[in-house]
Amino acid sequence: MAETTYNDFVIRFANVNGSGSASANGMFAKALFRMGIPVATRNIFPSNIEGLPTWFEVRVSEKGYAGRREGIDIMVAMNAETFAEDIESLVPGGFLVYDNSKELDVRLRRADINRVGVPISQLVLPEFPNPKHRALFKNIVYLGALSALISIDFEVITGMVSAQYKGKDDLIAPNIHALEIGRNYALNYLDCPLPIQVRYSDAVGDRIMVDGNAAAGLGAIFGGATVCAWYPITPSTSLAEAFEKYCNQLRTGKDGERNFAIIQAEDELAAMGIVIGAGWNGARAFTATSGPGVSLMTEFLGLAYFAEIPAVLWDIQRAGPSTGMPTRTQQGDLLSAAYASHGDTRHPLMFPSTPKECFEFAADALDLADRLQTPVIVLSDLELGMNDNLSEPFDWDDARRYDRGKVLDRDALEDIEAFGRYVDVDGDGIGYRTLPGTHPEKGAFFTRGTSRDEYAAYTEAPEAYTRNMDRLLVKWETARTLVPAPEVHDEGRRAAIVYYGTTALPIPEALDRLREDGVELDTMRIRGFPFDEEVRAFIERHEIVFLAEQNRDAQMKTLLVNDLGLDPARIDSVLYYGGFSISADTIYEQVSDYFEARKLPRLRAVSGRRDGAASAGEVGS
Amino acid sequence: MTFVAKPRVHHPQLPLNDLGLTRRDYEGSVSTLCAGCGHDSVSAAIVQACAQLSLPPHRFAKVSGIGCSSKTPSYFLSHSHGFNSVHGRMPSVATGANLANRELYCIGVSGDGDSASIGIGQFAHIVRRRINMLYIVDNNGTYGLTKGQFSATNDKGSTSKKGVPNLYAPIDLVSMALQIGATFVARSFSGDKRQLVPLIQAGLKHEGFAFIDVISPCVAFNNHNGSTKSYDYVRGHTGNVIEADFVTPGVEITADYEPGTVEDVAMPDGSTLRLRKLDEQYDPRDRVQALSHVQRAAEDGEVVTGLLYVDPDASDCHEILGTPATPLNALDESVLCPGSDALERVNASLR
Repeated sequence: MAETTYNDFVIRFANVNGSGSASANGMFAKALFRMGIPVATRNIFPSNIEGLPTWFEVRVSEKGYAGRREGIDIMVAMNAETFAEDIESLVPGGFLVYDNSKELDVRLRRADINRVGVPISQLVLPEFPNPKHRALFKNIVYLGALSALISIDFEVITGMVSAQYKGKDDLIAPNIHALEIGRNYALNYLDCPLPIQVRYSDAVGDRIMVDGNAAAGLGAIFGGATVCAWYPITPSTSLAEAFEKYCNQLRTGKDGERNFAIIQAEDELAAMGIVIGAGWNGARAFTATSGPGVSLMTEFLGLAYFAEIPAVLWDIQRAGPSTGMPTRTQQGDLLSAAYASHGDTRHPLMFPSTPKECFEFAADALDLADRLQTPVIVLSDLELGMNDNLSEPFDWDDARRYDRGKVLDRDALEDIEAFGRYVDVDGDGIGYRTLPGTHPEKGAFFTRGTSRDEYAAYTEAPEAYTRNMDRLLVKWETARTLVPAPEVHDEGRRAAIVYYGTTALPIPEALDRLREDGVELDTMRIRGFPFDEEVRAFIERHEIVFLAEQNRDAQMKTLLVNDLGLDPARIDSVLYYGGFSISADTIYEQVSDYFEARKLPRLRAVSGRRDGAASAGEVGS
Repeated sequence: MTFVAKPRVHHPQLPLNDLGLTRRDYEGSVSTLCAGCGHDSVSAAIVQACAQLSLPPHRFAKVSGIGCSSKTPSYFLSHSHGFNSVHGRMPSVATGANLANRELYCIGVSGDGDSASIGIGQFAHIVRRRINMLYIVDNNGTYGLTKGQFSATNDKGSTSKKGVPNLYAPIDLVSMALQIGATFVARSFSGDKRQLVPLIQAGLKHEGFAFIDVISPCVAFNNHNGSTKSYDYVRGHTGNVIEADFVTPGVEITADYEPGTVEDVAMPDGSTLRLRKLDEQYDPRDRVQALSHVQRAAEDGEVVTGLLYVDPDASDCHEILGTPATPLNALDESVLCPGSDALERVNASLR
């Protein structure tokens, strides 16, 4: 028997979607989280309601590695259709937990794995007469069996069942009974526990477990969004739904008045139009969509850029192009978002990596859009948006006031002689705006997508058009100083890796593995576009710069080259675009291949300090 | 067409309204549309309607899409903000604007290309959403800015300026609005200010979605003998079902109406909408009858004008959503931000 390991494995549940497995699988992850063990969950699901294969993967890591890791240690194989491939995906020495009510087909046997058979169908048959219940409780039975097999504190699970069905008390007893059926079978008939186990830890600390979309919906409430217009599209739908759920809890007044307006629009064009109409009229507004929705919104995004109207757009990216893989993750919308629309357009981008950052950026994006009077696009993805992950708890400073940007109220208009909507009074490229209905005599202007002069008067004069386009570039430079700065760890090494968004998840693990080989890398996590000066400086400080991203065409590299005028040869891409989240293995292998291919002696070439380099330091935040 | 700024000097004898303002205070900049364009008459009717109602001229949100019609918000109510947005997407912009500030009067001006072709989806859905606004379509059956292509409201068999017949059946926005549930549906003719002005007033006062389809001939491309949207054709084929006369409490604005059956409909703000029944059988509160009347007349080549349907007890989107009386754009942190204690409770629920 192998040596026992604790709190370090990958378990995957193979189910049929629509079979009620999500609840049991979620409880499994939450139980480990409540035992203080860091977990990262991944729901791998089809674009389908019922009957197709679905997988739920939990990365359990005492070290807190949250990225995906190749290879499955424990496979709970509950889907006959995918049984063969599920067995294949186990690492040698891994454990196959399966329903052995029927004997395992000899052709599916692997000599190098361990089979853990639980006769789940036979066990539930006499206990639950209702066939629908029987199917549901199968999931609970394997959860019970797992509690014995890997030593999950049973009281944690039963406590969760009681909490989950509070108010539906008649469901508590049968669920606990199903848990006990599985647990008792394992204790009585199986070699328990397995050498892969969990034990109580304090590695979670005060962290919370939440998905990025819920965090973003909540952040939009704290940030003062009052109008949300959206159209259902995976994987963004749960963001608007979270906004509504938390609004009902947190934004309903004493007399029942709802201090928010949510419109499920007829399409993404209308969703963006509603956001822009609301932004023009002074309400904080946002929409959430995915790549195909961004495509539909591009005409409006160009209008809002040119007419200078605040708007916030969350793009929860999925694998494109076209319908692509709608339930798989990717970072494929950078270019379509950054330059959305015809003519010379560009939009500030934000790249959150964690649920906490989703919460913060949701509020910050509203400030930024008001300050810059332009659409701000937050690029999350399915990996971050739809999976429960550990996160630092959310926090909010009650002294914080919303930055509504340059808006002249009635008194301010009284005090000025001539109002010019597009006059660059402060030299930052941002004019002063007024809201409809503010003043009987002053401040009214006509908003349009056609060219105009500084006083919002229609003109096609080349000089006026060019002046306006050039002022928008001044505003772009202001944006550069206001978007989130990169997070930099620079210890003066000669090689570095740059990444953003969910590509950050496997980075700590990849760095540890590379370090074992003698490859040490400085890191920079990009958080905003246009790029902060530090982004250029960091890249220029390093001889070898890897850029890890989850798309085929190295879109962030294109943005860097375009926005900063960098030499493309300065950046070596690490790319993954298969639809899962990028794994530490992928990053480790592609970086290692770089050194192998160039026959570079790793320690000397990479880990040496740069001459005159600063000592260990952290720049940005 | 001219770019000369309109002089702001008032004739000393111009009548003042209850706010002490004259009609000139409700005007906009000089129109750049063709001389004789029906759209300019619609703008003038809006000016007259708002001035007579003594509405504050800066308390409007004017929105439009793209096209000749969508230029017109520049030509009325210059003290109010206007937004000339994206082709066919005025309804969504109007929705957002109205959600942000329910206190402003919202006027949307669109055209037949804007609302019946590229924007027909948004048109249908703003009707469903019951945004409290006045939605006017300047309907000329043609694409003017791109030089005279047929639009989707053009009648089958109607010819272009070059004599080419239209091969496709028209879309009737009035029938569509009735079918989807608009609570105020009217049709008028840009050349008939006596009918149009009271309809605009009633539409502005309607607390819900008010739609007026205004046949507005295009003098450049659709005012010839083969057109069914020309001045001559419309004048010769109009069937007037209802004359609407808008009455503010106490003061009747227009008094010189022809005799006939009069029906007063109380408006939510206490004012009265006076409906003049020309057809004894016509009840403007019967949606089904309105729809069949409009369609039967169309079969006979007649354009029914007047107030076709009104629901005096209409509700609007804000009532559906349960939003507060204070405009959403006026709420501050004290109402909008739940604060750190609430956030700590959310954190606890996620552990």
